[in-house]
Amino acid sequence: MTETADVAIIGGGISGCAIAYSLARQGCKNVVVFEKGYLTSGTTGRCAGGIRQQFGTETSCVLARDSLRSFAGLGEELDFDLEFHQGGYLLLAYTEKEHLQFQKNVTLQRRLGIDSRCLSPADAGKIVPGMNVEGVLGATFCPSDGQANPFKTTFAYAAAARRLGVRIIPFTEVREIRKGKGKIQAVITNRGRWATPVVVNAAGPYSGIVGRMAGVELPVYSKRQQFMATEPVDDLCKLFVIAFSRQVSFIQTPHGSILMGGGDPQEPPSFNLNTSWQYPVEFARKVVAMMPMLKGVRIVRQWAGLYNITPDAQPIYGPHPEVKGFFMAIGFSGHGFMLGPITGKLTAEWILNGKPSLPVAGLDVGRFERGETIPEPSVI
Amino acid sequence: MEDEIILCRCEDVTWGEIREHLQNGWTDAEEIKRLTRAGMGRCQGMTCRNLIAKEIAGFQGKKEGRFPPFTFRPPAVPVSLGLLGESEDD
Repeated sequence: MTETADVAIIGGGISGCAIAYSLARQGCKNVVVFEKGYLTSGTTGRCAGGIRQQFGTETSCVLARDSLRSFAGLGEELDFDLEFHQGGYLLLAYTEKEHLQFQKNVTLQRRLGIDSRCLSPADAGKIVPGMNVEGVLGATFCPSDGQANPFKTTFAYAAAARRLGVRIIPFTEVREIRKGKGKIQAVITNRGRWATPVVVNAAGPYSGIVGRMAGVELPVYSKRQQFMATEPVDDLCKLFVIAFSRQVSFIQTPHGSILMGGGDPQEPPSFNLNTSWQYPVEFARKVVAMMPMLKGVRIVRQWAGLYNITPDAQPIYGPHPEVKGFFMAIGFSGHGFMLGPITGKLTAEWILNGKPSLPVAGLDVGRFERGETIPEPSVI
Repeated sequence: MEDEIILCRCEDVTWGEIREHLQNGWTDAEEIKRLTRAGMGRCQGMTCRNLIAKEIAGFQGKKEGRFPPFTFRPPAVPVSLGLLGESEDD
């Protein structure tokens, strides 16, 4: 049996659900989303939900700024409590190179209307009382940066999209993408065939595999990050603290638990979602040195997630030049959740109007071959 | 089961809350966990995960076991960051 859709989206994470909702809002309602597990089971549900604007390129800053503005009214729009709060992001520089980069970043961010500022190590310490700032050379703080609950945000998009007529089908895996004369024709799932002229690759860590189904190699790879959650504790730091050079990040959620984790520069590309026993040991040493008051706080949960990484740590958006009807929303390099609302809006505009309303045409997949990458320096 | 009955004792999640999400169209234990925090507290679902899976199956009119419980994640018991950091040389 063959069903039909105007657009088939592969991936039931924040990107896929936000794109589905934006398409339906813009009048395109015959949309189907395929998710091979439960919604958020890929990478969205494994992230900490941080939303920051403190980046080092104009492209990243503008995307993040506009996405954050969307988050501010999103709960009301979708009629769902997203646990969105703006406690800010504090970025700590431990190397001279980072320190200089942060100062350049703040100049750029302020020009773009982002309320970030440079702080001395002592002033950084005042923002998180009790934090050990030994070794910190400087910091930047942006009070309007924030966090939302990634599960609830995705579920909210999915529920709102369903109300508009979108079919969101979890536990359904896309196995093949069929083409004819260089155009998308259909997707084959484990539950049947769907004829469609448009496929959106929103498969997060598995976007490269989806690319190969359509017969193209995409310049992305996936890599494990590990995270942990503590038991709920009294207010300690309801803002996101990141030390890029130490691979440390942590934030206390509105619920009271502290989420903490990061990556490992030695981590090889893989689809490994297993947790390691070494990681909590090494991370605990680093985080307790920075936050001595966390010594007695207990870890209740550890998990892993996968970044989908591009050579310049910027997402890939837009149509693929070799396969008509094949659109990308991939390679977020750790920022897919925070960019969710803007990814939805821009991708829907690109599909329906042929061009997005922000100048992001340079984030197409062709930039790597053209040698026009936009390397983002401030990533964890 | 009565709505007031607490299924997840760590996060105080009642059957009523879970039932409401099931009535709103959510179907899976992993979704229910993430919507309600059931199973995300100190015991990580040791007490409630099978109970919740059973009740979800019952609500859907399916056989017990048709809806698997949500994933267990380490550690098996809560461990303090101080203790973890000291175990470096073991």
